[in-house]
Amino acid sequence: MSSQDIIARSATTTPMPSVRQVDEVAKLIDVSKCIGCKACQVACSEWNELRDEVGHNHGTYDNPADLTASSWTLMRFTEHETESDSLEWLIRKDGCMHCAEPGCLAACPSPGAIVKYANGIVDFNQDKCIGCGYCITGCPFNIPRISAKDHKAYKCTLCSDRVAVGLEPACVKTCPTGAIVFGTKEAMKQHAEERIVDLRSRGFAQAGLYDPPGVGGTHVMYVLHHADQPSLYAGLPDDPQISPMVSLWKGITKPLGLLGMGLVALLGFFHYVRVGRNVVEEDEHGPDPAVHQVDPAVHPYDPREPRV
Amino acid sequence: MTNHWVDIKNADLVLIMGGNAAEAHPCGFKWVTEAKAHNKARLIVVDPRFTRSASVADLYAPIRAGSDIAFLGGLINYLLEHDRIQHEYVRNYTDATFIVKEGFGFENGLFNGYDPNTRSYPDKSAWGYERGEDGYVLTDPTLSHPRCVFNLLKQHYSRYTADVVSNICGTPKDAMLKVWEAIAETAAPDKTMTIMYALGWTQHSVGSQMIRTGAMVQLLLGNIGMPGGGMNALRGHSNIQGLTDLGLLSNLLPGYLTLPSDAEQDYAAYIARRTSQPLRPGQLSYWQNYEKFHVSLMKAWYGKNAAAENNWGYDWLPKLDIPGYDVLKVFDMMYEGKINGYFCQGFNPIAAFPNKAKVAAGLARLKFLVVMDPLATDTSEFWRNAGDFNDVDPAQIQTTVFRLPTSCFAEEDGSLVNSGRWLQWHWKGAEPPGEARTDIAIMAGLFIRLRELYRSEGGAYPEPILNLDWPYLKPEEPSPEELAREFSGKALEDLTDPATGALLVKAGEQLSGFAQLRADGSTASGCWIFCGSWSAQGNLMARRDNADPYGMGQTLGWAWSWPANRRILYNRASADPSGKPWNPQKKRLVWWNGKAWTGTDVPDFKADSPPEDGMGPFIMNPEGVARFFAVDRMAEGPFPEHYEPFETPIGRNPLHPDNPQATCNPAARVFKGDLEVFGKAEEFPYVATTYRLTEHFHFWTKHCRLNAITQPEQFVEIGEALARELGIAAGDRVKVSSNRGYIRAVAVVTKRIRPLTVDGKTVHQVGIPLHWGFSGVARNGYLTNTLTPFVGDGNTQTPEFKSFLVNVEKA
Repeated sequence: MSSQDIIARSATTTPMPSVRQVDEVAKLIDVSKCIGCKACQVACSEWNELRDEVGHNHGTYDNPADLTASSWTLMRFTEHETESDSLEWLIRKDGCMHCAEPGCLAACPSPGAIVKYANGIVDFNQDKCIGCGYCITGCPFNIPRISAKDHKAYKCTLCSDRVAVGLEPACVKTCPTGAIVFGTKEAMKQHAEERIVDLRSRGFAQAGLYDPPGVGGTHVMYVLHHADQPSLYAGLPDDPQISPMVSLWKGITKPLGLLGMGLVALLGFFHYVRVGRNVVEEDEHGPDPAVHQVDPAVHPYDPREPRV
Repeated sequence: MTNHWVDIKNADLVLIMGGNAAEAHPCGFKWVTEAKAHNKARLIVVDPRFTRSASVADLYAPIRAGSDIAFLGGLINYLLEHDRIQHEYVRNYTDATFIVKEGFGFENGLFNGYDPNTRSYPDKSAWGYERGEDGYVLTDPTLSHPRCVFNLLKQHYSRYTADVVSNICGTPKDAMLKVWEAIAETAAPDKTMTIMYALGWTQHSVGSQMIRTGAMVQLLLGNIGMPGGGMNALRGHSNIQGLTDLGLLSNLLPGYLTLPSDAEQDYAAYIARRTSQPLRPGQLSYWQNYEKFHVSLMKAWYGKNAAAENNWGYDWLPKLDIPGYDVLKVFDMMYEGKINGYFCQGFNPIAAFPNKAKVAAGLARLKFLVVMDPLATDTSEFWRNAGDFNDVDPAQIQTTVFRLPTSCFAEEDGSLVNSGRWLQWHWKGAEPPGEARTDIAIMAGLFIRLRELYRSEGGAYPEPILNLDWPYLKPEEPSPEELAREFSGKALEDLTDPATGALLVKAGEQLSGFAQLRADGSTASGCWIFCGSWSAQGNLMARRDNADPYGMGQTLGWAWSWPANRRILYNRASADPSGKPWNPQKKRLVWWNGKAWTGTDVPDFKADSPPEDGMGPFIMNPEGVARFFAVDRMAEGPFPEHYEPFETPIGRNPLHPDNPQATCNPAARVFKGDLEVFGKAEEFPYVATTYRLTEHFHFWTKHCRLNAITQPEQFVEIGEALARELGIAAGDRVKVSSNRGYIRAVAVVTKRIRPLTVDGKTVHQVGIPLHWGFSGVARNGYLTNTLTPFVGDGNTQTPEFKSFLVNVEKA
């Protein structure tokens, strides 16, 4: 997709091109049809040329254990005992939800590193990414991951390259049971309606669509057997909201910070005029620039560390 | 499969038992999803574990591994007791009315005629029907004769009450009854259930009988021959169906023709024995044509050298001195030091066969081993010390190993036969890497060199080699097209209609079907059931027309299905005796139009036989109908009986607690020395079962990075209750041992395996996925067949991988 399709851009106040008016697209993941075969994981890796590490088994079927900069989607398996003592094995494909109001985009301080297209896809532009990790804070679904190799943030692109030329995302194309389907958001909602009727006929009275309003709806939606309890599905947020940290950054902190940066520049100018240029000793070593530094005030964890 | 993958969408109910289609056949499983989404079908899964298939099922019932005959026998009893059977179907299309010989009997777990010394039934003469003076079988259409099959069946399974079955299987009674009731609903003539099974049924010492019990359920419900019905074996390799079709088993010839035994030196007697005459008036008994298929095969192999004067080269066929050289037998012989050299083409015996220690010891006694494979398999490195994973001393192994790299399926043209019997042509997607050559080129090269040696040096019996016809354009590498045309077959002379003298097929032309085959040497066909797959119209296997004019999913223009492009076997049974579909709206398959049989599928029947003539739909059987009573065809007896696995957690057969001879399959073959290494429950208290994961394909994909990422490391599945008992947490390493060896793996602790109460005891089951080994890019692991017992099914000799005993400890 080109800049003609962009309707929102991170850290940018100038108007968007928004030339193309297209239908919003959506990927619908029918959890009740998913057999957890991980073909979508493999197709994602193949299309996007991603090769994660050959890891370990940690006592579950989830492999890799978590999303990484090289694993943009994965199946999360939950064993759920119902009140009637019967068992359900809930399998959810996790990955970027492509929110209508993307928290990552709101949080991103780097102009144009995160964009939203008219069709609803939220895409990262690694060329402009500064690796600050604010998108992780902004994401209510905990999706983006910073690469240890280039210190840029990565996540599912909804195969924006494929969608731009009229193809479905790779995971959709490969899904053997039709649990993942793709189309206009309207068509996907209709399809979901039919699925919900079927699920209710099978005793799932609370079957429903997951399209959370807290983020303005999403362009990746789920059909859930228990739409009343999304968190059953490996911690899918019941009511996702953009982190207050983001509004803080966008509301007060950012103008204050900009003011501070201006003052520093001004002081620097005076310093230069009065003292002259700064001379650096040859043998002085700062922190290794290849190591990405994480601000502990922003991150509750280090995104480079593998999480358990 | 009697039916095929797409047809599953026509089912009203899907039973997955003895398999885990979502796990092992995710692409085919789409048709289950389709049946659920668009046919409102319900899905039932019965399995020791709550599987990926169970995760999308409407009903799940746990079962103890190896007790499926009890579960299904109980279901048969339930259907009969509650009168939930398709009466008209059972009366007209099965042997229910046939009267069985007086001498037939069953007592204390054994049928009549058992010899404990040979562990077999040498005298099966009473396992047959009463015959009238005209030679035909006597029947009782009123079903009141005490020895008619229906009443014997009722009597046999009357012991399988819900309580007895629940006690054997460990399945909670309420869950079991729910499943039985749901299945019973498909006794309605317009409703069908499909049964999908795989190695969860075949890999038992009573595997064939498990499958038979499933088929008997389907016959009682009238579900065989129906769209959305059938007995559907899900094949585990893309061309394993083709392997059996082409007769690559030691006792078979192509098209399910059989090799003669040592005693059958006389050609006429060999043919006569296989030319089954109808057992009831007016029946087709299609195997009457056996000689046509046989002669056409010999003409395909030996060309002009096969002639009437030499009985079409009958003497050149090997004659079996024992029933068969199956893999268990061959590796036992190897272990005994009776085999010098072994060709291993496209398989990995050290990983795939039971008791790895015995297999490895056998390989070490060979002089040479040739491995033809696209991958550097574990077998080709059986001599390499890989630490605990393969703890051998290479200095002690003198076997010379030749590795011949081959192309893989995607690097060659050819056809694959899928589970649904479709021959689908495929085209090369890439060139094979490095020095890899096609299997055809390697085998042709071997043949040409052998023939040259026989020609120049003679030998004990050179004729079978020297007389082979080898008409290929490039003798060193026949093309897949040439071979496909040969399998399909051609006329060797002008074929004329014997009645009118009209020319049917000109000499040299491809045949359109096996009905054109002749026993006079005027036709050649390398595999009669494939005849017509490459006709005068060209390569029908390459067709890709998915038009479905009736909306029944039969797509007759897509590829080609054996036999005769039929998609559903026995499909005459989808219509009632008067020739009308049982369900004219949703299950319209074939019907009588007043002059001929026609329909949405190719009728599996004599096209011009009117319904009133009473020909039965099971035309391959001399009875014309399907058999509940297997006569003398099965090693263990005419009716399936529950026997315990050879390693039983309860030590006795609850049906015959006082007869140790009837604890395990009394007719299964056990090799000398193996009986002693069967484990006992005192030492190995847990039931283990091995299986595949969807992330991997056998021992291939551990060589593939992406598969290794999705399941990187060997694990075993242990229920929460057992894990608590043993102090094991998810992610801990555990040691799983059997009487033959041990493996170490990560523990996946799960709610999906619950303890069962069997014969008054608590039985824990342990799941052991099989994909790891000591070669490849996934983390090294132990070959799971280190653990499994060296015993197989009584008929097919398929190893008992699905039920054996282990102990589990924290490693």
